[in-house]
Amino acid sequence: MSADVELNNVSVTFGSFYAAKSVNVKINGGEFFSFLGPSGCGKTTLLRAISGFQDPSEGSVLIDNKDMFGIGPNKRPTSLIFQNLALFPLMSVSENIAFSLEVRGVSKKDRQKRADELLELIALEGQGEKKVHQLSGGQKQRVAIARALAVEPKVLLLDEPLSALDLKLRQRMRTELREIQKRVNITFIYITHDQGEALTMSDRIAVMNEGEIEQIGLCDEVYNNPLTPFVATFVGENNPLFGKVKEINQNKVKIETPDGDFLSTMNENKRLNIGDEAIAFVRPESLFIPRDGDNFDNQIDVNIESFEFEGNIKNFYATLTSGTRIKFSIPNAIDTSSISSGTKLQLGFESIKSSILPKAQLAID
Amino acid sequence: MGNYLFTQPFFKKNGKAVAIYFLVAIVFWFVFLVIIPQLYMLDLSFRSNVPPLARGGPQDFYTMEHYQHFVFGSKTSLDAFNFVDLGVFGRTILVSIMVTIANLLFCYPIAFYIAKIANPSTARLLIVSLIIPFWINELLRSFALRILFANEGVINNFLTGIGVIDQSILFITYDIGLYTGLVYAYILLMMFPLYNAIESLDINQIEAAKDLGSSSLRTHWRIVIPHAKPGIVSGCTMVFMLTVGALATPVVLSSPNTLWFPQLIYQWFNMNDNWSRGSAYSIILLIISVIFVLAMMRIFKVKIGEIIK
Repeated sequence: MSADVELNNVSVTFGSFYAAKSVNVKINGGEFFSFLGPSGCGKTTLLRAISGFQDPSEGSVLIDNKDMFGIGPNKRPTSLIFQNLALFPLMSVSENIAFSLEVRGVSKKDRQKRADELLELIALEGQGEKKVHQLSGGQKQRVAIARALAVEPKVLLLDEPLSALDLKLRQRMRTELREIQKRVNITFIYITHDQGEALTMSDRIAVMNEGEIEQIGLCDEVYNNPLTPFVATFVGENNPLFGKVKEINQNKVKIETPDGDFLSTMNENKRLNIGDEAIAFVRPESLFIPRDGDNFDNQIDVNIESFEFEGNIKNFYATLTSGTRIKFSIPNAIDTSSISSGTKLQLGFESIKSSILPKAQLAID
Repeated sequence: MGNYLFTQPFFKKNGKAVAIYFLVAIVFWFVFLVIIPQLYMLDLSFRSNVPPLARGGPQDFYTMEHYQHFVFGSKTSLDAFNFVDLGVFGRTILVSIMVTIANLLFCYPIAFYIAKIANPSTARLLIVSLIIPFWINELLRSFALRILFANEGVINNFLTGIGVIDQSILFITYDIGLYTGLVYAYILLMMFPLYNAIESLDINQIEAAKDLGSSSLRTHWRIVIPHAKPGIVSGCTMVFMLTVGALATPVVLSSPNTLWFPQLIYQWFNMNDNWSRGSAYSIILLIISVIFVLAMMRIFKVKIGEIIK
């Protein structure tokens, strides 16, 4: 059983500080939804408002169309997985998992049965007698999930639970979380500052900044068509090119920058007028070294400063004629051994792979 | 030999001067202040009571008479047992246990509040206001309580003054003053171990329990108390031992017709000039304290290392 979660104009204030400001979002039952944002953006506050540890100062939290105001965390159909997991160190794995049943007065036999079922779900059969400290990081993670699922919540809330794991394990846990979510078919609300995590697992994401939601959408939508310069630079990497709008032709916009004119694509929701200050964004992977026969909408002259080898790709850092620094990435499959510091190149990019937005704050300032 | 000693890791780590100071201080403390006096008292408790000049003479021999006296009373007594002393002893133990429990019940909510609910500045204020009264000597604090609880004392005068009662309540006669004084005397020794233990509990543990549907009471029972167990045992053993051995508070606050066991010991030493019997009674008190500590450790399944932490 899953439930819709609706935040209606939710604000949470601490004194005069708005930790969350007029947040409106409707999360559908059975959806994997992520709040993505830098630390201090208010995403944890929202999670606490949904779980019941913090009632909103304004607005309302609705779960299954029921206003949750004044209903404590122990009375809501939600389960929260804490960032540090908060497993109970003095209890065995089974006792941890069955704790929510124990407090509801379920008999010991039924508790054990349910714990065993959940241990099977998380592939830890027969390890219920162990103490928490005997488990590895990934196993603890899974026990925390099982413990949260034991009461069959309608909504599972996850507060950056993967942040303590190493890279490989984190990647594996992403897949596992997604699989568990499909199997139990309940609403997952995930909080993270890691855009890779959000993009790989979620159905939809909400990008937050300074207590407000900047954009809600499908993962590829948010990545490809950011609505604000903050989203453009926070989700994935992006090179900003600052300038003024010179020409508009339907959704194609020509921007005049110190490094030349570029053709970019305008989002319907973010209309620009000629003469507006704007930023055109182009992602590192959308910049190409033209080969014979290639014909890009835009050309850009760069002077290579340095590069780094990341494995599957090679990242190059370069300056434009105006001194603006940009980054571009070339797949390792392409031979780039002739390019080194001081090399002058002309790069190309397509207007469809570039978004133009009204000038505003970036995430990387 | 000296060279061998100085090459030990302990000396290398701390330097010669500091290491020697530690060694001397610890040996002095342990041997001269703990072992020798206790052994001397143990020895004395098995000797006949003779004046110092007769020590080592024919009248000075080993005997069980002081322990026998505690159980069976004087040889001239007609009673089968020493009901007076055994009664004082039993009552002291029982009241000390009650005082310890009262202390625990009183301190736990406050310690929890300071450790987990109060904001830092309130917590500091509370801790300071707990400590300041203890800058005053124990005897003076007992006298202060005596002034409060006396038949013509502050409380009685106030209550008769506003007309709630027309006759003084006999706080001292019924030992209410004594119990209050004993609970108050060592309260910090319960408060701080409890506070330390609770403070170290991750707040997420409490929130996780709550999120999983646990009521506040159950969260305390299943999460907070198990975590605070070493602090509880540590506080209980300290309060019990000090209460059972308290002298100043009972002297000032007990009713004229009740005795506290240490008062009995004091009488044997100082008033009856029978150091041997006083020693025997002290040893009995020591044994009961040790049994209490071991029982607490057994009941709460706590190791000695955890208590000291």
